[in-house]
This record gives sequence, C-alpha cells and structure tokens, in this order.
Amino acid sequence: MQLLEVRDLEKKFGGLKAISDLNFSVTERIIFSVIGPNGAGKTTLFNLLTNIYKPSGGSIRFLGREITSLPPYKIAKMGITRTFQNLQVFLNMTALENVMVGCHLHSSSGLIAAALRLPSVTREEKKVREMARQALEFCNLQDIAHMPASALPYGTLKRLEIARALAAKPRLLLMDEPAAGLNDTETMELCNLISRICESGITIILVEHNMSLVMEISHHVLVLNYGELLAQGSPYEIQHNSEVIAAYLGED
Amino acid sequence: MKAMVGYCLFALSTIVPAILFPDNYYVTVVGVTICTNIVLAVSLNLLMGYAGQISLGHAAFFGLGAYSSAVLTVKYGIEPWIAMIAGAFMVAVISYILSRPILKLKGHYLAMATLGLGIIVHIFFVQADQLTGGPDGMSGLPVLTIFGIPIDNDIKWYWTFAIFMLLSVLFSLNIARSRSGRALAAVHGSEIAAQMLGVDTAKVKSHIFVFSAVLACITGSLFAHQQDFVSPESFGFFFSIELVTMVVLGGLGSTYGAVVGAIILSLLPELLIVFEDFEVLIFGAILMTIMIFLPQGLFVAMEQAFHNFMNRREQGAANATS
Repeated sequence: MQLLEVRDLEKKFGGLKAISDLNFSVTERIIFSVIGPNGAGKTTLFNLLTNIYKPSGGSIRFLGREITSLPPYKIAKMGITRTFQNLQVFLNMTALENVMVGCHLHSSSGLIAAALRLPSVTREEKKVREMARQALEFCNLQDIAHMPASALPYGTLKRLEIARALAAKPRLLLMDEPAAGLNDTETMELCNLISRICESGITIILVEHNMSLVMEISHHVLVLNYGELLAQGSPYEIQHNSEVIAAYLGED
Repeated sequence: MKAMVGYCLFALSTIVPAILFPDNYYVTVVGVTICTNIVLAVSLNLLMGYAGQISLGHAAFFGLGAYSSAVLTVKYGIEPWIAMIAGAFMVAVISYILSRPILKLKGHYLAMATLGLGIIVHIFFVQADQLTGGPDGMSGLPVLTIFGIPIDNDIKWYWTFAIFMLLSVLFSLNIARSRSGRALAAVHGSEIAAQMLGVDTAKVKSHIFVFSAVLACITGSLFAHQQDFVSPESFGFFFSIELVTMVVLGGLGSTYGAVVGAIILSLLPELLIVFEDFEVLIFGAILMTIMIFLPQGLFVAMEQAFHNFMNRREQGAANATS
C-alpha cells in the first residue's frame, strides 16, 4: 500500500489556480523531493497536505484513509507532521520545552490533573523529558537543551524544529526548505540528518531549492511548474529531462 | 525542587504576618484585598500570559460568582456552599459555550469581544434590579461555614482567602510545567506549529478559559460573603483593566509576576494616601515608569537580573579556580 496518495488535487485562490490536477503517490521509507521554480505551488502543496488550506477539489489519502477534510491536529495524530519555511519555533520556551511539545501526542494528562500535579503527571513528565532528550540528541542538540529558543542562532533553530517534529514520532515528515539560509557546513550536516531520519523509518517529503542536496539524497523527485506536475522520477531522470531543464533555465 | 522552595517562602510570607499581627489593618483588610487580587491576576495570567489570549472582561466572571452567591443565598435562601458550587457550575457552562466562538478571534478582535462580554454582564447587574438589586447592590448574605467553622471575623477571612490564594498559585505553577502548560505556551508561540504537533488548539484555549473563569467565579463568591455586600461597580470595565495591568506590570506569563503585580496594585493606593490629591497622579507615574524601563514586567526583570548576577558569579568563581 502507498503511504500517501494524492488524486486530482486542486487549489484555487480566486481565479488563480495554485495547484491543478495533481496526481502522485509516495511509498514508505523514501525521501521524496518536490522541486520547482518560485511560485510553482510547493508550499501550497504542503499546506494542502496538512489541511491548513482547504483543497478546492481532489482527495488526499494517508495509509488508505481519506484525510482531505481532517483538521491539522488530527492529521498530526494520523502521523504526519512538518517543519516550516519561515520558522515556527516556540520562542517563548527553552529548546527542550519546544521538543517536549512535540511529545504531546504521546502523553495524555489533562488540565485538572496537571493543576493538582497527580503522581501520574510526574511520571509522564519524566517519560516526556526522556523522549525529548532522545530527539534532541538525534539532532545533536543536547548541549543547548536548556537555552531559551529566542537566544539560539538561525541554523540551530532549523535543527530544533526538526527535533521537535521527530519527537512526535511521525510516519511522514514534511520538510519545507530546511536548507534555506544555511551555510555549506550546516547544509552538509542537514543532509546527513535527513538521511538518518529516513533510515530510522520515517518517510520524508522535502521541498528544497538547493539542487545538489536534492539530487544527492532523494529517492524520487517530483517537479512542479505553475501548479502542475511537470515530471517525476529518479534524480537522474529529472536531471536529464528536457522539459525540466527548459522550465528552470528558460527555452532557447 | 527549586520551584518548591520559592513557593514555601511565598507561603511563609503570607502566614507569618497573620500569626504575628492578627489584628493589624494591613493583614485583615489590605491582606484580604491582596489575596483576592492575586487569585484574579493569576487566573487571568493563565489565559493571557500562558495562552496569549487577551481578556478585557475578566471581572465579569468575578462578578458572576459574587452575584450568584448573593442572589441564591439572599433571595432563595440556599446554603452558601451550594450557592457557591452552583455559581461555579453556571460560570463553567457559560464560559465554555462562549469560549469556542470568542477564542476563534485574535488580537484586537478578541480584546473587543471580551470587552463586550464584560460590559454586557455589568449592564445585567445594573438592570436586572429585581434579581440583583440594581445599582444599589444587595447585602445580608448569610455566614459562610467551612468544615463546621463559621467564617465570622476578619482574621478567619484572611486565612480563608490566603489558603485559597496559595492553592490557586500552586495550581498555576503546576500547570506551567506540565503537558497542558506547554500546549498553552505553544498556542502562544505559534498556533499553526502547535496544531501540526497534534495540539487541538481550540480545545486547549477553551479549557483554560473555563478554568480561569471558574477560579475568578469562586473568588467572587468568597468576596461576596466577606464583604457581605455586592454592587455592580466592583465588577466593571475598570476593574477588568486593573487586572490586566496587574498581570502586565508583574510580567506576562509568570505566575509570581501576576502575584507581584497584584500586590503592587493593591498596596500602592494604600501607601499613596498620604499624598491626598496627588495620589492618582503619582500612582499613574509609577506605573508608567515601571513599564517604560522594565517592559517585560517588574518580577520578570528582577528574575533575569538575578540570573545574570548568579551566572557572572559562577563564571567568576570558575575563572578564579582555573
């Protein structure tokens, strides 16, 4: 069974078709990259997959279940989470607390129990703290666990967002331009991190402008242009596809 | 552990003066006012400071608590305890129903909606005079009895309020370091990111709105019995604004910040009485000065300064040994 199946997906903003007639599916445990020129609809696609935007038409199925009209928090519960192009780190918390929010789905205590600090809450806190530590370590962030997020540099925040998403233990992780704004060393580290995430059994859909990164780590690449599917295939096929080259470089 | 030490010190500072000076005006009268304001500020901080949802109508829930106790006991002769619980239950239901549509709003719009809520409730207290006694208010509440002890003098009232206040502060501190508290802070930080991590933001906001309203409501019931008098002016728009000022003055998002804010705003008018006509002027000037120089709030600024000082000392010690 396919992990994710997108059928005839469409999104209109007024008269503008941001996504039209999009069909693709994602198999499990791969790095699936979505590329395309600016304004091709990549972030819109992510917002549709997580139902931050309501699709104008079509369907999205995850693990065989229709998720097109589920609210974002239920989609997260199904096992899809994401990182954001413009960082959405909780700047009012420490790094560790950020990641602990990621464990929300794997804990259950409510407001009243928390107010009374019942023994079950203390136990759960311990468990959540441990889970968060592991996620931080996976992203090599253990040293800054107790730093306030607002004091961390940009590159670290990007990794923190990934650690937070991993703490949710998703089946599918959507990453929106994780390498944007990173220097070469940081991009190398990121490349390594993404591969390790995939090896740990999480499927990744990656939107990225850094072509060398995409071509190096992706198993499958999908090219969007003006909201339509232009081509898809292995990185090698995409690199030698004349239509893709034309869309990126302009026809002569 | 460190958190508990701070809390115990705070608890001692409310208990010791009452034991040493049980008849002092600052314990029996000002002390009760301070405790009342602390619970209200702490409960408002849960909503404003933790979840980042402004409310300009918090006094309405305080008032609903006071009036439900007054009306049910005086007009219908219901037991004070049952009246208090009935009031809390009613406010829980009302605030839950209101929370969903109201908390969908953000920023200025949320401020407007909560402002409207406060004003509507206030108008109700004034206009429904058959029930509430109108602008003149009502009095003659029966004595509240807790575990067989009638709360019938000033020092007993102080203990009642102090215990309730200490419990509220403890609840608030506990919530801050819990799954719920983090979910609230996540809503404050980025609602969209919170949702993508599985936080049902509408539910989280609604729950804290109800919790905060019920705390204010119970405070109102106690207040009505203690004063033996309720009138609409105690629960108006200006009191809501005063509560917001307390929370912001002490430091948004910090429980002790709300405590400090409530203490300052309750004490200042008492201390400034010596300036007579200039009292309000000086009061305003002090608030402005604090907010200009310490925009993050008095308590939070002091906390940060203390941390920096300790860090520097630790570094100094490390340098000396190496």
